[in-house]
Amino acid sequence: MYDFAYHKPKSVADASAAVKKASEGKLMAGGMTLIPTIKQRLARPSDVVDLGGIGDLKGIKVDASGVTIGAMTKHAEVAASADVAKAIPALAKLAANIGDAQVRNRGTIGGSVANNDPAADYPAALVGLGATVHTNERKIAADDFFKGMFETALKDGEIITAVSFPVAKKAAYMKFPNPASRYAMVGVFVADTAGGARVAVTGAGPGVFRVKDMEAALGKGWSADAVAGIKVPAGGLNNDIHASREYRAHLVTVMAKRAVAAAG
Amino acid sequence: MGNVKIGERVQRKEDRRFLTGSGRYVDDLQLARVTYAYFLRSPHAHAKIRKIDTSKAAASVGVVQIFTGKDVAEAKVGGLICGWVVKDKHGNPHKAPAHPAMAADTVRHVGDTVAMVIAATADQARDAAEKIEVDYEVLPAQINLAGALDPKAPQVHADAPGNLCYDWELGDKAAVDAAFAKAAHVTKLDLVNNRLVPNAMEPRAAAAEYDRGTGNYTLYTTSQNPHVARLVLSAFVLGIPEHKLRVIAPDVGGGFGSKIFIYPEETMLTWAAGKIGRSIKWTAERSESFMTDAHGRDHVTHAELALDAKGKILAFKVDTIANLGAYLSTFATAVPTYLYATLLAGQYTTPVIYCNVRAAFTHTTPVDAYRGAGRPEATYVVESIVSKAAREMKIDSAELRRRNYIAKDAFPYQTPVALTYDSGNYAPILDQAMKLADYAGIDARKAAAKAKGKLRGIGVCSYIEACGIAPSAVVGSLGAGVGLWESAQLKFNPTGNLQILTGSHSHGQGHETTFAQIVSDKLGIPLDQIEVVHGDTDKVPFGMGTYGSRSLPVGGSAIMKAADKIIAKGKKVAAHLMEAAEADIVFENGTFKVTGTDKAVPLGQAVFAAYVPHNYPADLEPGMDENAFYDPSNFTYPSGTQICEVEVDPDTGVVDIVNFVAVDDFGNIVNPMVVEGQVHGGIVQGVGQALLENAAYDEKTGQLISGSYMDYTMPRADDVPSFKLGYEVTPCPHNPLGVKGCGEAGAIAAPAAVMNAVRDALAAVGAQDRIEMPATPQRVWAAINAH
Amino acid sequence: MTMSVAMTVNGKAVSGNVEARTLLVQFLREHLGMTGTHVGCDTSQCGACVVHVDGVSVKACTMLAVQAEGSKVTTIEGLAASPEKLHPMQEAFRENHGLQCGFCTPGMVMSAIDLVKRHNYAVTEEIVRHGLEGNLCRCTGYHNIVKSILAGAQAMKAAGV
Repeated sequence: MYDFAYHKPKSVADASAAVKKASEGKLMAGGMTLIPTIKQRLARPSDVVDLGGIGDLKGIKVDASGVTIGAMTKHAEVAASADVAKAIPALAKLAANIGDAQVRNRGTIGGSVANNDPAADYPAALVGLGATVHTNERKIAADDFFKGMFETALKDGEIITAVSFPVAKKAAYMKFPNPASRYAMVGVFVADTAGGARVAVTGAGPGVFRVKDMEAALGKGWSADAVAGIKVPAGGLNNDIHASREYRAHLVTVMAKRAVAAAG
Repeated sequence: MGNVKIGERVQRKEDRRFLTGSGRYVDDLQLARVTYAYFLRSPHAHAKIRKIDTSKAAASVGVVQIFTGKDVAEAKVGGLICGWVVKDKHGNPHKAPAHPAMAADTVRHVGDTVAMVIAATADQARDAAEKIEVDYEVLPAQINLAGALDPKAPQVHADAPGNLCYDWELGDKAAVDAAFAKAAHVTKLDLVNNRLVPNAMEPRAAAAEYDRGTGNYTLYTTSQNPHVARLVLSAFVLGIPEHKLRVIAPDVGGGFGSKIFIYPEETMLTWAAGKIGRSIKWTAERSESFMTDAHGRDHVTHAELALDAKGKILAFKVDTIANLGAYLSTFATAVPTYLYATLLAGQYTTPVIYCNVRAAFTHTTPVDAYRGAGRPEATYVVESIVSKAAREMKIDSAELRRRNYIAKDAFPYQTPVALTYDSGNYAPILDQAMKLADYAGIDARKAAAKAKGKLRGIGVCSYIEACGIAPSAVVGSLGAGVGLWESAQLKFNPTGNLQILTGSHSHGQGHETTFAQIVSDKLGIPLDQIEVVHGDTDKVPFGMGTYGSRSLPVGGSAIMKAADKIIAKGKKVAAHLMEAAEADIVFENGTFKVTGTDKAVPLGQAVFAAYVPHNYPADLEPGMDENAFYDPSNFTYPSGTQICEVEVDPDTGVVDIVNFVAVDDFGNIVNPMVVEGQVHGGIVQGVGQALLENAAYDEKTGQLISGSYMDYTMPRADDVPSFKLGYEVTPCPHNPLGVKGCGEAGAIAAPAAVMNAVRDALAAVGAQDRIEMPATPQRVWAAINAH
Repeated sequence: MTMSVAMTVNGKAVSGNVEARTLLVQFLREHLGMTGTHVGCDTSQCGACVVHVDGVSVKACTMLAVQAEGSKVTTIEGLAASPEKLHPMQEAFRENHGLQCGFCTPGMVMSAIDLVKRHNYAVTEEIVRHGLEGNLCRCTGYHNIVKSILAGAQAMKAAGV
């Protein structure tokens, strides 16, 4: 890996300033994607700004309206939170199956969301539950946040501080992992929310997307059979040695069915 | 640790150091004034090197020296060799194109070495390598094996026209054709044996030192056979006399074949250490391992089996194209020929067999022996077609096998493909496996699975292997450039403890325990008084190393021979000490006794007397230190049956292994704990081949798509179940321990066992002939849904 | 950028000057000479490098040394009370033949201990197999590793560690 300047600011404002000042600055949360990327010399940041020293970004708050998770909260913490498990069990379960145990001990929700890997799990939960991304500058609805592969609505120097999830009537996430990497090859998050049924798919396409036909069908009646006959078009989906577009499209339906059934 | 016996589950002597982080692997070594090498590799599968400009790189921070293929060629460094000459069907030797340690004018696979940068740190070496400018003229590449022999295919080597290394055959074609003409049933099968990346968890590594004062070189390397490495580097490549080159393979983290071979990197390191007069270290990154460790398997095969109306096999013919990659690796030519076609009789009385193998060059990583080496490929063909024949003829697949087994009283048994099986008893193995697998209950389990929308299948594989490699005269007559005996030295110290020096090499197999165990049993010495020494050409006698499940049958036999010599000499000493006739001395439980008396001399006392020979036979040399070399008289023939049961989810294509049984005949078993570990590991490598692993290339660019663990599916703990194992024992009749070897069996049999189970499950929906390895979820789903 | 870093490794205060890009595993192996922690891949998947940082398992190849500033790090070298007295999990691996070549072993043992603690000793074969997602072994076929961890969990509970 190439060398870089390392900063560990104590506040979000300092972090934002540091990354803006750098010629090729990178924010680092858990580093689970950034460090491997730098290691393989696929990225060459001049400066790495480590958010690990900012206490304000950690922690989980649960109240009647929902769950708010600080950006630097680790997957393992979300997975182990009895409060999250009670409020939105599907979210705790999703967190418990991100990557491996060591990834969950370092990786954070903020890092995962900001990175927007097309095969990451959290984006499906955010879109599936209609979450809100809080940054040092504003609040962004999940539907407006994810912009396609590794792209988000975040501006330079804008830092995610927390993600808040409204409680759903019921929800579940079903992942079909890539056999090699274990990232989601297809992951489907379904939720029956105050604003209606939501179906969010990760892994299958260039970024997380909703399946409106399934949502409409579930709106009429929540059952696995309701989505069983609905296929997403294979055209825009990912295609690789592990799964063709057609296979991914098929798996979206299968995983959606299983998620709906699991949600109860 | 006291005395132990053969057959006990003795815990391993080596584990304490591995469990406390005290192992010493090559990358752990701390050398004085060390520099680090980084190899610049070709990004292209096939290109001419027009020009290499290293000037910017040479000025980079920390750089000590940069070498390119031109430097290597000018220094007249010899090319890497292939140590086995295979003669084609016309008697001509195989095509042997040059394999330079570093490409001078042409690169032939992605990862081919182009330049070596030596710098003060590994990062600096890599930083500098990025500043080397290489002007490539990219040429069309032949990646795909099936098309490699097409006359219009891009050529890998000018001196191997049509990309053909050899067109080889074994068996009686006319007799086979005649038998087919009379067959009641003929089963035909096309198979792909997928290419695998060995993936020992320790990446290859090397460190080389040069001592100006003595002119001696030392190479620390991740090798399964340090003497063979030294021989090749000395005699063929670098010209350093053997006595001036010391090769040390310390703790080595797995090999599976991939660390048998002599690679460009350790060659270059040794050579360059002499040039710069400093030590140099290199450790592969995993991505380099993927690109450059010799791969395994990679066959395309058409096979036909002729049977009579009762399912008795009449004849078998096999036509295989084998991929050798871009260059011939050290033993590449032998794998798809003598380690493959000779196994096509399997456990059966097939009277006539004919096999034709065409070996092709492609612009891909070299292919060589990987756990099982040729024998898994043969077993996959035999056991797939036998199961297919059973399905077609509506005979139970276990029953069809039983009808064709070689009878237990037919040994030694001469097969039509050169081998003489020494021993075996196959039917009881099948019986035990069927019992452990509850074979009789499969129909009920299939019905239960069907009721929940799943497809169950059961698959049988009865394998044979030829290992304990190998009788030197036999392999010599077949083209091997080396003998395949093994050496041992039993070196007592005056205080009575013992060092066993062995020419075989442990990289996970537990020799430090097993070899000590057989000597503890034989000589009655406590385990903690025995040290096994291996892996250093300056310490141990010339030896051939570890591969081909040979360490115990060949290396262990050498140790037993040396122990016999110790006993023989000890008898002379003891007879003298007890004033008895040598003929009256017996050796029991570590003690020499005079028959019929209570006189006794413990071995330790005889050893002491041999080193302090104050009262000693006049005509006997002092010392208690015996060497032995053991050259086996035949291969050994482990056999067994594996039964795998799977459940397929037709909605997703996921194959779940719900039960896996392996019953083996390894002859006598020294340490059941170690043997079970070998079987478990082998099975999972076989399961990996069947369901998970595939070295996939982009057929245009020759990039290895599955070039990291992100895309190459390594078996993980949750991909496999726990296994049920069983044993039958027919001792090997021709080695002193009666052992057959157990290192490869699991990997040899499992692919066919798993795939036969998958096919059986898919037969319920008519998809049994549409699936190839690895049977990934996508492929299974596609097979079910293809119409 | 050269920086100073200080942490506690196996109960001992250590410090050093490192480049910012220095990984924790490089710091352990190259600066401290503690070569028990291994590197088996470059994509953070094999788990040969697993150590404990502040009580939980992490991959030392995917963490900068400077990120461990002020942390308590435990490596495979720090588990056994003495060469004779192994940690119960190490002992379980020895008794159950949970290792062959030994290369993945340090990471496997470190992951196993964290796994057992995370589940408060109540592990099953399924939990263990799933919990080893981040550790690859090419020798054992996992059979005896799983057996070792199940036995090690009992032994850890009995020993109160």
